[in-house]
Amino acid sequence: MDHHRRVDTEITTRVDGVTRTVLVDTRTTLLDALRERLGTTSPKKGCDHGQCGACTVLLDGRRVLACLTLAVTTTGKDVTTADGLAPDGHLHPVQQAFLDNDALQCGYCTPGQVCSAVGALDELANGHPSHAGDVTTDPQLTRAEIAERMSGNLCRCGTYTNIITAVEQAARA
Amino acid sequence: MRPFDYLAPTDAATAVRTVATNPTATYLAGGTNLVDHLKLGITHPDLLVDTAAITTAGITDHHGGLLIGAATRNSDIAADHRVRTRYPALAEALLSGASGQLRNMATAAGNPLQRTRCPYFQDATTPCNKRRPGSGCAAIGGHTRGHAILGASDHCVATHPSDMAVALTALDATLHILGPDGPRTLPCTDLHRLPGTDPTRDTVLEHGDLITAIELPHNPLARRSRYRKVRDRASYAFALVSVAAALETTDGIITDARLAFGGVAHKPWRAYRAEQALLGQPANDTTYRTAAEAELTDAQPLNGLDGGNSFKVPLLTRTVIATLRNLDQR
Ligand SMILES: Cc1cc2nc3c(=O)[nH]c(=O)nc-3n(C[C@H](O)[C@H](O)[C@H](O)COP(=O)(O)OP(=O)(O)OC[C@H]3O[C@@H](n4cnc5c(N)ncnc54)[C@H](O)[C@@H]3O)c2cc1C
Ligand code: SF4
Ligand code: FES
Ligand code: FES
Repeated sequence: MDHHRRVDTEITTRVDGVTRTVLVDTRTTLLDALRERLGTTSPKKGCDHGQCGACTVLLDGRRVLACLTLAVTTTGKDVTTADGLAPDGHLHPVQQAFLDNDALQCGYCTPGQVCSAVGALDELANGHPSHAGDVTTDPQLTRAEIAERMSGNLCRCGTYTNIITAVEQAARA
Repeated sequence: MRPFDYLAPTDAATAVRTVATNPTATYLAGGTNLVDHLKLGITHPDLLVDTAAITTAGITDHHGGLLIGAATRNSDIAADHRVRTRYPALAEALLSGASGQLRNMATAAGNPLQRTRCPYFQDATTPCNKRRPGSGCAAIGGHTRGHAILGASDHCVATHPSDMAVALTALDATLHILGPDGPRTLPCTDLHRLPGTDPTRDTVLEHGDLITAIELPHNPLARRSRYRKVRDRASYAFALVSVAAALETTDGIITDARLAFGGVAHKPWRAYRAEQALLGQPANDTTYRTAAEAELTDAQPLNGLDGGNSFKVPLLTRTVIATLRNLDQR
Protein backbone atom coordinates (compact mmCIF):
# COMPACT_ATOMS: atom_id res chain seq x y z
CA MET A 1 0.00 0.00 0.00
CA ASP A 2 1.42 3.41 -0.88
CA HIS A 3 2.01 5.96 1.82
CA HIS A 4 2.15 9.37 0.23
CA ARG A 5 -0.32 11.45 2.19
CA ARG A 6 -3.64 11.76 0.38
CA VAL A 7 -4.81 14.76 2.32
CA ASP A 8 -7.15 16.30 -0.25
CA THR A 9 -9.96 13.96 -1.12
CA GLU A 10 -12.94 14.46 -3.38
CA ILE A 11 -16.29 13.62 -1.86
CA THR A 12 -19.70 13.41 -3.48
CA THR A 13 -22.54 13.78 -1.03
CA ARG A 14 -26.24 14.57 -1.40
CA VAL A 15 -26.96 17.64 0.69
CA ASP A 16 -30.60 18.63 1.15
CA GLY A 17 -31.55 16.78 -2.02
CA VAL A 18 -28.76 18.16 -4.23
CA THR A 19 -25.68 16.11 -5.19
CA ARG A 20 -22.57 18.07 -4.31
CA THR A 21 -18.94 17.28 -5.15
CA VAL A 22 -16.20 19.03 -3.24
CA LEU A 23 -12.49 18.60 -2.53
CA VAL A 24 -11.89 18.38 1.22
CA ASP A 25 -8.87 17.94 3.45
CA THR A 26 -9.18 14.59 5.28
CA ARG A 27 -9.28 16.54 8.56
CA THR A 28 -12.45 18.43 7.60
CA THR A 29 -15.57 17.59 9.58
CA LEU A 30 -18.94 17.33 7.89
CA LEU A 31 -19.95 20.44 9.85
CA ASP A 32 -17.09 22.52 8.42
CA ALA A 33 -17.62 21.10 4.93
CA LEU A 34 -21.29 22.10 5.06
CA ARG A 35 -20.76 25.54 6.52
CA GLU A 36 -17.44 26.63 5.03
CA ARG A 37 -17.33 24.81 1.71
CA LEU A 38 -20.93 24.28 0.67
CA GLY A 39 -22.59 27.36 2.16
CA THR A 40 -25.11 25.29 4.12
CA THR A 41 -25.13 27.22 7.39
CA SER A 42 -28.23 25.89 9.12
CA PRO A 43 -26.25 23.36 11.21
CA LYS A 44 -24.49 25.40 13.91
CA LYS A 45 -21.15 25.03 15.66
CA GLY A 46 -21.72 25.19 19.40
CA CYS A 47 -18.99 23.16 21.11
CA ASP A 48 -17.35 21.29 18.20
CA HIS A 49 -16.84 18.33 20.60
CA GLY A 50 -20.08 16.37 20.53
CA GLN A 51 -21.47 17.95 23.68
CA CYS A 52 -24.25 20.34 22.59
CA GLY A 53 -26.15 18.98 19.58
CA ALA A 54 -26.22 22.31 17.67
CA CYS A 55 -24.64 20.58 14.64
CA THR A 56 -27.23 17.77 14.44
CA VAL A 57 -28.11 16.66 10.89
CA LEU A 58 -29.79 13.58 9.45
CA LEU A 59 -27.31 11.23 7.77
CA ASP A 60 -29.13 8.64 5.64
CA GLY A 61 -32.20 9.57 7.71
CA ARG A 62 -30.68 9.17 11.18
CA ARG A 63 -29.68 12.00 13.51
CA VAL A 64 -25.93 12.36 14.00
CA LEU A 65 -23.46 15.05 15.04
CA ALA A 66 -21.79 16.75 12.06
CA CYS A 67 -18.92 18.01 14.23
CA LEU A 68 -17.67 14.49 15.00
CA THR A 69 -18.27 13.13 11.49
CA LEU A 70 -15.33 13.36 9.09
CA ALA A 71 -16.50 14.62 5.71
CA VAL A 72 -14.50 11.91 3.87
CA THR A 73 -16.73 9.26 5.44
CA THR A 74 -19.90 10.74 3.96
CA THR A 75 -19.27 10.11 0.29
CA GLY A 76 -22.32 8.50 -1.34
CA LYS A 77 -24.48 9.39 1.64
CA ASP A 78 -27.51 11.58 2.07
CA VAL A 79 -27.31 14.59 4.41
CA THR A 80 -30.43 16.51 5.45
CA THR A 81 -30.11 19.72 7.45
CA ALA A 82 -32.91 21.76 9.01
CA ASP A 83 -32.84 23.82 5.82
CA GLY A 84 -33.57 20.74 3.73
CA LEU A 85 -36.55 19.82 5.91
CA ALA A 86 -38.38 22.81 4.42
CA PRO A 87 -38.05 22.52 0.65
CA ASP A 88 -39.51 25.61 -1.09
CA GLY A 89 -40.17 27.14 2.33
CA HIS A 90 -42.79 24.50 3.16
CA LEU A 91 -42.27 23.93 6.88
CA HIS A 92 -41.86 20.43 8.28
CA PRO A 93 -44.45 19.63 11.01
CA VAL A 94 -41.67 19.75 13.62
CA GLN A 95 -40.61 23.22 12.45
CA GLN A 96 -44.22 24.42 12.48
CA ALA A 97 -44.64 23.04 16.01
CA PHE A 98 -41.54 24.93 17.19
CA LEU A 99 -43.07 28.16 15.86
CA ASP A 100 -46.52 27.42 17.27
CA ASN A 101 -45.12 26.75 20.74
CA ASP A 102 -42.46 29.44 21.03
CA ALA A 103 -39.84 26.71 21.32
CA LEU A 104 -36.92 29.06 20.69
CA GLN A 105 -35.47 32.31 21.84
CA CYS A 106 -32.18 33.26 20.13
CA GLY A 107 -32.60 30.36 17.70
CA TYR A 108 -28.97 29.23 17.68
CA CYS A 109 -29.72 25.70 18.88
CA THR A 110 -32.96 25.43 16.86
CA PRO A 111 -31.77 23.82 13.59
CA GLY A 112 -30.06 21.12 15.63
CA GLN A 113 -33.11 20.72 17.88
CA VAL A 114 -35.36 20.35 14.85
CA CYS A 115 -33.19 17.71 13.16
CA SER A 116 -32.82 15.89 16.45
CA ALA A 117 -36.59 15.93 17.03
CA VAL A 118 -37.26 14.55 13.54
CA GLY A 119 -34.78 11.74 14.21
CA ALA A 120 -36.10 11.12 17.72
CA LEU A 121 -39.72 10.84 16.56
CA ASP A 122 -38.66 8.43 13.86
CA GLU A 123 -36.85 6.30 16.49
CA LEU A 124 -39.91 6.40 18.74
CA ALA A 125 -42.18 5.38 15.84
CA ASN A 126 -39.84 2.44 15.19
CA GLY A 127 -40.20 1.31 18.81
CA HIS A 128 -36.67 2.19 19.91
CA PRO A 129 -36.49 2.25 23.71
CA SER A 130 -34.91 5.00 25.82
CA HIS A 131 -33.52 5.42 29.33
CA ALA A 132 -36.87 6.96 30.37
CA GLY A 133 -38.81 3.71 29.93
CA ASP A 134 -38.63 -0.04 30.55
CA VAL A 135 -36.52 -1.64 27.79
CA THR A 136 -38.62 -4.79 27.82
CA THR A 137 -41.81 -2.98 26.75
CA ASP A 138 -42.71 -0.66 23.87
CA PRO A 139 -42.02 3.03 24.52
CA GLN A 140 -44.88 5.47 25.04
CA LEU A 141 -45.05 9.09 23.91
CA THR A 142 -44.66 10.91 27.23
CA ARG A 143 -42.99 14.20 28.14
CA ALA A 144 -40.36 12.28 30.11
CA GLU A 145 -39.58 10.19 27.02
CA ILE A 146 -39.26 13.29 24.86
CA ALA A 147 -37.01 15.05 27.39
CA GLU A 148 -34.72 12.03 27.63
CA ARG A 149 -34.57 11.58 23.85
CA MET A 150 -33.79 15.28 23.32
CA SER A 151 -31.15 15.44 26.09
CA GLY A 152 -28.32 15.60 23.56
CA ASN A 153 -29.45 19.08 22.48
CA LEU A 154 -28.60 21.88 24.86
CA CYS A 155 -30.35 25.26 24.77
CA ARG A 156 -28.57 28.13 26.50
CA CYS A 157 -31.80 30.14 26.39
CA GLY A 158 -33.53 27.39 28.37
CA THR A 159 -36.53 26.84 26.11
CA TYR A 160 -36.70 23.15 27.08
CA THR A 161 -40.28 23.18 28.35
CA ASN A 162 -41.62 24.58 25.10
CA ILE A 163 -39.39 22.31 23.02
CA ILE A 164 -40.96 19.28 24.70
CA THR A 165 -44.43 20.67 24.01
CA ALA A 166 -43.50 21.29 20.37
CA VAL A 167 -42.13 17.79 19.87
CA GLU A 168 -45.23 16.35 21.54
CA GLN A 169 -47.46 18.35 19.17
CA ALA A 170 -45.47 17.25 16.13
CA ALA A 171 -45.68 13.62 17.23
CA ARG A 172 -49.48 13.79 17.48
CA ALA A 173 -49.86 15.70 14.20
CA MET B 1 -4.57 18.77 13.80
CA ARG B 2 -1.75 16.97 11.97
CA PRO B 3 -2.53 15.93 8.38
CA PHE B 4 -3.43 12.27 7.94
CA ASP B 5 -4.23 9.84 5.18
CA TYR B 6 -7.60 8.17 5.10
CA LEU B 7 -8.20 4.67 3.79
CA ALA B 8 -11.49 2.79 3.53
CA PRO B 9 -10.31 -0.78 2.84
CA THR B 10 -12.64 -3.64 2.01
CA ASP B 11 -10.38 -6.54 2.95
CA ALA B 12 -10.03 -7.04 6.71
CA ALA B 13 -6.82 -9.11 6.67
CA THR B 14 -5.02 -6.52 4.52
CA ALA B 15 -6.29 -3.70 6.73
CA VAL B 16 -5.04 -5.50 9.86
CA ARG B 17 -1.58 -5.91 8.27
CA THR B 18 -1.57 -2.22 7.30
CA VAL B 19 -2.32 -1.05 10.83
CA ALA B 20 -0.16 -3.68 12.57
CA THR B 21 2.93 -2.64 10.59
CA ASN B 22 2.36 1.12 10.93
CA PRO B 23 2.61 2.43 14.51
CA THR B 24 1.05 5.75 13.46
CA ALA B 25 -2.06 4.15 11.91
CA THR B 26 -5.34 3.84 13.79
CA TYR B 27 -8.81 2.46 13.15
CA LEU B 28 -11.76 4.80 12.75
CA ALA B 29 -15.28 3.56 13.58
CA GLY B 30 -18.06 5.97 14.63
CA GLY B 31 -15.41 8.59 15.30
CA THR B 32 -17.19 9.99 18.37
CA ASN B 33 -14.11 9.50 20.56
CA LEU B 34 -11.32 9.49 17.97
CA VAL B 35 -12.33 12.65 16.08
CA ASP B 36 -12.70 14.47 19.39
CA HIS B 37 -9.17 13.35 20.33
CA LEU B 38 -7.78 14.48 16.97
CA LYS B 39 -9.21 17.94 17.65
CA LEU B 40 -7.92 17.99 21.23
CA GLY B 41 -4.43 17.02 20.06
CA ILE B 42 -4.40 13.92 22.27
CA THR B 43 -3.51 11.61 19.40
CA HIS B 44 -1.67 12.32 16.13
CA PRO B 45 -2.11 9.44 13.69
CA ASP B 46 -0.69 9.66 10.15
CA LEU B 47 -3.27 7.24 8.81
CA LEU B 48 -6.92 6.54 9.62
CA VAL B 49 -8.21 3.15 8.51
CA ASP B 50 -12.01 3.20 8.34
CA THR B 51 -13.55 0.01 9.73
CA ALA B 52 -16.94 0.55 8.03
CA ALA B 53 -16.32 -1.88 5.15
CA ILE B 54 -14.15 -4.43 7.03
CA THR B 55 -16.57 -5.06 9.91
CA THR B 56 -20.25 -5.97 9.81
CA ALA B 57 -23.32 -4.26 11.22
CA GLY B 58 -26.06 -6.52 12.54
CA ILE B 59 -26.91 -9.05 15.25
CA THR B 60 -27.20 -12.76 14.54
CA ASP B 61 -28.26 -15.77 16.62
CA HIS B 62 -25.18 -17.69 17.69
CA HIS B 63 -25.05 -20.96 19.72
CA GLY B 64 -28.12 -19.91 21.71
CA GLY B 65 -26.59 -16.48 22.33
CA LEU B 66 -26.03 -13.48 20.07
CA LEU B 67 -23.19 -12.27 17.87
CA ILE B 68 -23.04 -8.49 17.51
CA GLY B 69 -21.07 -7.26 14.48
CA ALA B 70 -18.38 -4.70 15.39
CA ALA B 71 -19.97 -2.00 13.21
CA THR B 72 -23.44 -2.31 14.79
CA ARG B 73 -24.55 1.08 16.08
CA ASN B 74 -25.09 1.43 19.84
CA SER B 75 -28.71 2.51 19.20
CA ASP B 76 -29.39 -0.57 17.07
CA ILE B 77 -28.04 -2.91 19.75
CA ALA B 78 -30.23 -1.25 22.39
CA ALA B 79 -33.29 -1.48 20.09
CA ASP B 80 -32.88 -5.19 19.28
CA HIS B 81 -35.70 -7.22 20.86
CA ARG B 82 -33.43 -10.18 21.63
CA VAL B 83 -31.01 -7.91 23.49
CA ARG B 84 -33.85 -6.13 25.33
CA THR B 85 -35.47 -9.34 26.58
CA ARG B 86 -32.48 -11.68 26.98
CA TYR B 87 -29.76 -9.18 28.03
CA PRO B 88 -31.67 -6.13 29.39
CA ALA B 89 -28.62 -4.86 31.33
CA LEU B 90 -26.81 -4.33 28.04
CA ALA B 91 -29.69 -2.36 26.48
CA GLU B 92 -30.00 -0.29 29.66
CA ALA B 93 -26.26 0.40 29.80
CA LEU B 94 -26.21 1.59 26.20
CA LEU B 95 -29.28 3.78 26.66
CA SER B 96 -27.81 5.39 29.77
CA GLY B 97 -24.78 6.55 27.80
CA ALA B 98 -24.20 9.62 25.63
CA SER B 99 -27.12 10.95 23.53
CA GLY B 100 -29.42 9.75 20.75
CA GLN B 101 -27.17 11.29 18.09
CA LEU B 102 -23.99 9.81 19.57
CA ARG B 103 -25.56 6.36 19.96
CA ASN B 104 -26.51 6.44 16.27
CA MET B 105 -22.82 6.96 15.44
CA ALA B 106 -21.00 4.94 18.11
CA THR B 107 -20.25 1.30 17.27
CA ALA B 108 -20.13 -1.96 19.23
CA ALA B 109 -16.32 -2.12 19.00
CA GLY B 110 -15.62 1.60 19.47
CA ASN B 111 -17.62 1.90 22.69
CA PRO B 112 -15.56 -0.41 24.94
CA LEU B 113 -12.38 1.06 23.42
CA GLN B 114 -13.24 4.68 24.23
CA ARG B 115 -10.60 6.33 26.41
CA THR B 116 -10.85 7.87 29.86
CA ARG B 117 -12.68 11.16 30.42
CA CYS B 118 -10.05 12.23 32.97
CA PRO B 119 -10.02 16.01 32.37
CA TYR B 120 -6.21 16.13 32.52
CA PHE B 121 -5.90 13.37 29.93
CA GLN B 122 -8.14 15.45 27.67
CA ASP B 123 -6.10 18.63 28.22
CA ALA B 124 -2.88 18.23 26.23
CA THR B 125 -1.18 21.04 28.22
CA THR B 126 -1.17 19.16 31.56
CA PRO B 127 1.10 16.32 32.76
CA CYS B 128 -0.45 12.89 32.18
CA ASN B 129 1.30 9.54 32.23
CA LYS B 130 -1.38 8.02 30.05
CA ARG B 131 -0.86 10.59 27.31
CA ARG B 132 2.84 11.28 27.80
CA PRO B 133 4.67 8.51 29.71
CA GLY B 134 6.81 9.83 32.57
CA SER B 135 5.26 13.31 32.58
CA GLY B 136 3.42 12.71 35.86
CA CYS B 137 -0.23 12.56 36.84
CA ALA B 138 -2.00 15.90 37.22
CA ALA B 139 -5.03 14.24 38.77
CA ILE B 140 -3.19 13.07 41.89
CA GLY B 141 -3.57 16.02 44.25
CA GLY B 142 -5.82 17.75 41.70
CA HIS B 143 -9.48 17.21 40.96
CA THR B 144 -10.31 13.56 41.63
CA ARG B 145 -14.07 13.46 41.92
CA GLY B 146 -14.43 11.28 38.83
CA HIS B 147 -11.43 9.09 39.53
CA ALA B 148 -10.77 5.55 40.74
CA ILE B 149 -11.24 4.00 44.17
CA LEU B 150 -10.17 0.49 43.14
CA GLY B 151 -7.06 -0.84 41.41
CA ALA B 152 -5.35 2.52 40.75
CA SER B 153 -1.58 3.10 40.89
CA ASP B 154 0.81 5.96 41.65
CA HIS B 155 1.06 6.43 37.90
CA CYS B 156 -2.62 6.82 37.01
CA VAL B 157 -5.95 7.02 38.87
CA ALA B 158 -8.24 7.31 35.85
CA THR B 159 -11.55 5.49 35.43
CA HIS B 160 -12.87 3.74 32.35
CA PRO B 161 -15.91 5.65 31.07
CA SER B 162 -17.87 3.07 29.05
CA ASP B 163 -21.28 1.98 30.35
CA MET B 164 -21.59 -0.76 27.73
CA ALA B 165 -18.32 -2.39 28.80
CA VAL B 166 -19.60 -2.76 32.38
CA ALA B 167 -22.62 -4.70 31.16
CA LEU B 168 -20.47 -6.82 28.81
CA THR B 169 -18.17 -7.64 31.74
CA ALA B 170 -21.05 -8.75 33.95
CA LEU B 171 -22.69 -10.77 31.16
CA ASP B 172 -19.54 -12.79 30.34
CA ALA B 173 -19.35 -11.49 26.77
CA THR B 174 -16.46 -12.47 24.48
CA LEU B 175 -14.66 -10.41 21.85
CA HIS B 176 -13.88 -11.80 18.42
CA ILE B 177 -10.60 -10.36 17.23
CA LEU B 178 -8.69 -10.48 13.96
CA GLY B 179 -4.97 -9.96 14.52
CA PRO B 180 -1.97 -10.16 12.18
CA ASP B 181 -1.70 -13.86 13.11
CA GLY B 182 -5.35 -14.60 12.46
CA PRO B 183 -8.59 -14.70 14.44
CA ARG B 184 -8.88 -15.31 18.19
CA THR B 185 -11.32 -14.67 21.04
CA LEU B 186 -10.89 -12.81 24.32
CA PRO B 187 -13.28 -12.65 27.32
CA CYS B 188 -14.43 -9.07 27.93
CA THR B 189 -13.39 -9.50 31.58
CA ASP B 190 -9.77 -9.71 30.33
CA LEU B 191 -9.89 -6.83 27.81
CA HIS B 192 -9.10 -3.84 30.02
CA ARG B 193 -5.96 -3.46 32.14
CA LEU B 194 -5.20 -1.84 35.45
CA PRO B 195 -2.78 1.10 35.04
CA GLY B 196 0.18 -0.32 37.01
CA THR B 197 3.42 1.25 35.78
CA ASP B 198 2.16 1.62 32.18
CA PRO B 199 -1.10 3.56 32.00
CA THR B 200 -0.61 4.26 28.26
CA ARG B 201 -2.28 0.95 27.50
CA ASP B 202 -5.99 0.75 28.33
CA THR B 203 -6.41 -2.80 27.06
CA VAL B 204 -4.44 -5.97 26.32
CA LEU B 205 -5.06 -5.59 22.56
CA GLU B 206 -1.97 -5.37 20.35
CA HIS B 207 -1.61 -2.58 17.82
CA GLY B 208 -3.45 -3.70 14.70
CA ASP B 209 -5.90 -6.04 16.44
CA LEU B 210 -9.33 -5.54 14.91
CA ILE B 211 -12.44 -6.33 16.95
CA THR B 212 -14.80 -8.04 14.52
CA ALA B 213 -17.71 -8.98 16.81
CA ILE B 214 -18.94 -9.25 20.39
CA GLU B 215 -20.49 -12.53 21.48
CA LEU B 216 -23.14 -12.72 24.19
CA PRO B 217 -23.26 -16.29 25.52
CA HIS B 218 -26.49 -18.19 26.11
CA ASN B 219 -27.40 -17.66 29.77
CA PRO B 220 -30.95 -17.57 31.17
CA LEU B 221 -29.57 -15.63 34.17
CA ALA B 222 -28.97 -12.64 31.88
CA ARG B 223 -32.74 -12.25 31.43
CA ARG B 224 -32.82 -11.03 35.02
CA SER B 225 -30.14 -8.39 34.64
CA ARG B 226 -30.09 -4.63 35.15
CA TYR B 227 -27.81 -1.65 34.73
CA ARG B 228 -28.05 1.25 37.14
CA LYS B 229 -26.07 4.44 36.66
CA VAL B 230 -25.64 7.33 39.10
CA ARG B 231 -24.54 10.67 37.66
CA ASP B 232 -24.62 14.41 38.24
CA ARG B 233 -27.67 14.97 36.03
CA ALA B 234 -30.52 12.78 34.83
CA SER B 235 -29.21 12.32 31.30
CA TYR B 236 -26.21 12.89 29.01
CA ALA B 237 -23.51 12.57 31.68
CA PHE B 238 -20.86 9.99 32.51
CA ALA B 239 -21.26 7.69 35.53
CA LEU B 240 -20.04 8.60 38.99
CA VAL B 241 -20.68 4.97 39.81
CA SER B 242 -22.67 2.29 38.02
CA VAL B 243 -23.68 -1.31 38.61
CA ALA B 244 -24.48 -4.11 36.16
CA ALA B 245 -26.09 -7.03 37.93
CA ALA B 246 -27.88 -10.32 37.31
CA LEU B 247 -29.54 -12.36 40.01
CA GLU B 248 -31.12 -15.79 40.32
CA THR B 249 -32.99 -16.82 43.46
CA THR B 250 -34.80 -20.01 44.52
CA ASP B 251 -37.13 -19.84 47.55
CA GLY B 252 -35.50 -16.56 48.59
CA ILE B 253 -31.95 -17.94 48.44
CA ILE B 254 -29.44 -16.57 45.90
CA THR B 255 -28.33 -19.34 43.57
CA ASP B 256 -26.42 -17.35 40.95
CA ALA B 257 -25.24 -13.76 40.52
CA ARG B 258 -23.17 -11.47 38.30
CA LEU B 259 -21.92 -8.06 39.37
CA ALA B 260 -19.73 -5.46 37.68
CA PHE B 261 -19.03 -1.84 38.61
CA GLY B 262 -18.39 1.22 36.46
CA GLY B 263 -16.85 4.59 37.30
CA VAL B 264 -14.62 3.22 40.03
CA ALA B 265 -11.55 1.75 38.30
CA HIS B 266 -9.31 1.83 35.22
CA LYS B 267 -11.42 -1.03 33.90
CA PRO B 268 -14.99 -2.25 34.23
CA TRP B 269 -14.73 -3.91 37.64
CA ARG B 270 -16.08 -7.44 37.80
CA ALA B 271 -16.97 -7.93 41.48
CA TYR B 272 -16.06 -11.59 41.92
CA ARG B 273 -15.70 -11.26 45.67
CA ALA B 274 -19.18 -9.78 46.02
CA GLU B 275 -20.62 -12.50 43.78
CA GLN B 276 -19.13 -15.16 46.07
CA ALA B 277 -20.56 -13.38 49.12
CA LEU B 278 -24.06 -13.49 47.58
CA LEU B 279 -24.19 -17.20 46.76
CA GLY B 280 -26.29 -19.31 49.12
CA GLN B 281 -27.41 -16.30 51.13
CA PRO B 282 -30.96 -14.99 51.60
CA ALA B 283 -31.92 -12.33 49.04
CA ASN B 284 -32.16 -9.30 51.32
CA ASP B 285 -30.52 -5.93 51.92
CA THR B 286 -28.19 -7.29 54.62
CA THR B 287 -26.75 -9.80 52.18
CA TYR B 288 -26.42 -7.17 49.44
CA ARG B 289 -24.63 -4.77 51.80
CA THR B 290 -22.25 -7.47 53.04
CA ALA B 291 -21.43 -8.39 49.43
CA ALA B 292 -20.76 -4.77 48.40
CA GLU B 293 -18.59 -4.22 51.46
CA ALA B 294 -16.63 -7.41 50.75
CA GLU B 295 -15.73 -6.03 47.32
CA LEU B 296 -14.90 -2.58 48.66
CA THR B 297 -12.60 -3.59 51.54
CA ASP B 298 -9.62 -2.67 49.35
CA ALA B 299 -11.11 0.63 48.17
CA GLN B 300 -8.65 3.55 48.35
CA PRO B 301 -10.52 6.82 47.89
CA LEU B 302 -8.49 9.84 46.79
CA ASN B 303 -8.14 13.24 48.36
CA GLY B 304 -8.50 16.13 45.98
CA LEU B 305 -8.85 19.86 45.54
CA ASP B 306 -12.53 19.23 44.87
CA GLY B 307 -13.07 17.19 48.04
CA GLY B 308 -11.91 13.93 46.50
CA ASN B 309 -13.93 10.83 45.79
CA SER B 310 -14.53 9.08 49.13
CA PHE B 311 -18.26 9.59 48.47
CA LYS B 312 -18.04 6.79 45.90
CA VAL B 313 -17.69 4.08 48.59
CA PRO B 314 -21.10 4.62 50.27
CA LEU B 315 -22.67 5.62 46.94
CA LEU B 316 -21.58 2.42 45.25
CA THR B 317 -22.65 0.34 48.27
CA ARG B 318 -26.14 1.84 48.14
CA THR B 319 -26.31 1.46 44.37
CA VAL B 320 -25.44 -2.24 44.65
CA ILE B 321 -28.16 -2.75 47.28
CA ALA B 322 -30.78 -0.86 45.26
CA THR B 323 -29.95 -2.67 42.02
CA LEU B 324 -30.07 -6.15 43.56
CA ARG B 325 -33.24 -5.39 45.53
CA ASN B 326 -34.90 -4.19 42.36
CA LEU B 327 -33.83 -7.36 40.50
CA ASP B 328 -35.14 -9.61 43.24
CA GLN B 329 -38.51 -7.88 43.00
CA ARG B 330 -38.65 -8.04 39.19
C1 LIG C 1 -20.59 14.28 24.76
C2 LIG C 1 -20.36 12.79 24.91
C3 LIG C 1 -20.97 12.10 25.92
C4 LIG C 1 -20.76 10.74 26.07
N1 LIG C 1 -21.37 10.07 27.10
C5 LIG C 1 -21.12 8.76 27.28
C6 LIG C 1 -21.66 8.04 28.38
O1 LIG C 1 -22.41 8.59 29.20
N2 LIG C 1 -21.38 6.71 28.50
C7 LIG C 1 -20.56 6.07 27.62
O2 LIG C 1 -20.33 4.87 27.77
N3 LIG C 1 -20.02 6.72 26.57
C8 LIG C 1 -20.28 8.04 26.40
N4 LIG C 1 -19.69 8.70 25.36
C9 LIG C 1 -18.66 8.02 24.57
C10 LIG C 1 -19.19 7.25 23.38
O3 LIG C 1 -20.00 6.19 23.83
C11 LIG C 1 -17.95 6.72 22.64
O4 LIG C 1 -17.28 7.82 22.09
C12 LIG C 1 -18.32 5.74 21.54
O5 LIG C 1 -18.96 4.61 22.06
C13 LIG C 1 -17.08 5.31 20.77
O6 LIG C 1 -17.46 4.51 19.65
P1 LIG C 1 -17.06 4.92 18.16
O7 LIG C 1 -17.55 3.85 17.27
O8 LIG C 1 -17.50 6.31 17.86
O9 LIG C 1 -15.47 4.84 18.29
P2 LIG C 1 -14.29 5.67 17.59
O10 LIG C 1 -14.20 7.03 18.16
O11 LIG C 1 -14.37 5.54 16.11
O12 LIG C 1 -13.06 4.77 18.10
C14 LIG C 1 -12.74 4.64 19.46
C15 LIG C 1 -11.47 3.80 19.57
O13 LIG C 1 -11.71 2.46 19.20
C16 LIG C 1 -10.82 2.05 18.16
N5 LIG C 1 -11.62 1.13 17.32
C17 LIG C 1 -12.82 1.38 16.77
N6 LIG C 1 -13.30 0.29 16.16
C18 LIG C 1 -12.38 -0.69 16.32
C19 LIG C 1 -12.31 -2.07 15.92
N7 LIG C 1 -13.30 -2.66 15.23
N8 LIG C 1 -11.22 -2.78 16.29
C20 LIG C 1 -10.20 -2.21 17.00
N9 LIG C 1 -10.21 -0.91 17.38
C21 LIG C 1 -11.30 -0.16 17.05
C22 LIG C 1 -10.39 3.32 17.48
O14 LIG C 1 -9.12 3.20 16.87
C23 LIG C 1 -10.35 4.29 18.65
O15 LIG C 1 -9.13 4.16 19.35
C24 LIG C 1 -19.91 10.07 25.17
C25 LIG C 1 -19.30 10.77 24.12
C26 LIG C 1 -19.51 12.12 23.98
C27 LIG C 1 -18.84 12.84 22.86
S1 SF4 D 1 -5.34 9.93 36.16
FE1 SF4 D 1 -4.33 8.88 34.43
S2 SF4 D 1 -5.31 9.85 32.69
FE2 SF4 D 1 -5.66 11.26 34.41
S3 SF4 D 1 -3.89 12.68 34.46
FE3 SF4 D 1 -3.35 10.95 35.76
S4 SF4 D 1 -2.20 9.62 34.35
FE4 SF4 D 1 -3.40 10.99 33.05
S1 FES E 1 -21.16 21.47 17.71
FE1 FES E 1 -21.47 19.35 17.43
S2 FES E 1 -22.27 18.74 19.34
FE2 FES E 1 -21.73 20.82 19.73
S1 FES F 1 -32.97 29.22 21.62
FE1 FES F 1 -31.10 30.18 22.24
S2 FES F 1 -29.83 28.45 22.56
FE2 FES F 1 -31.73 27.54 22.30
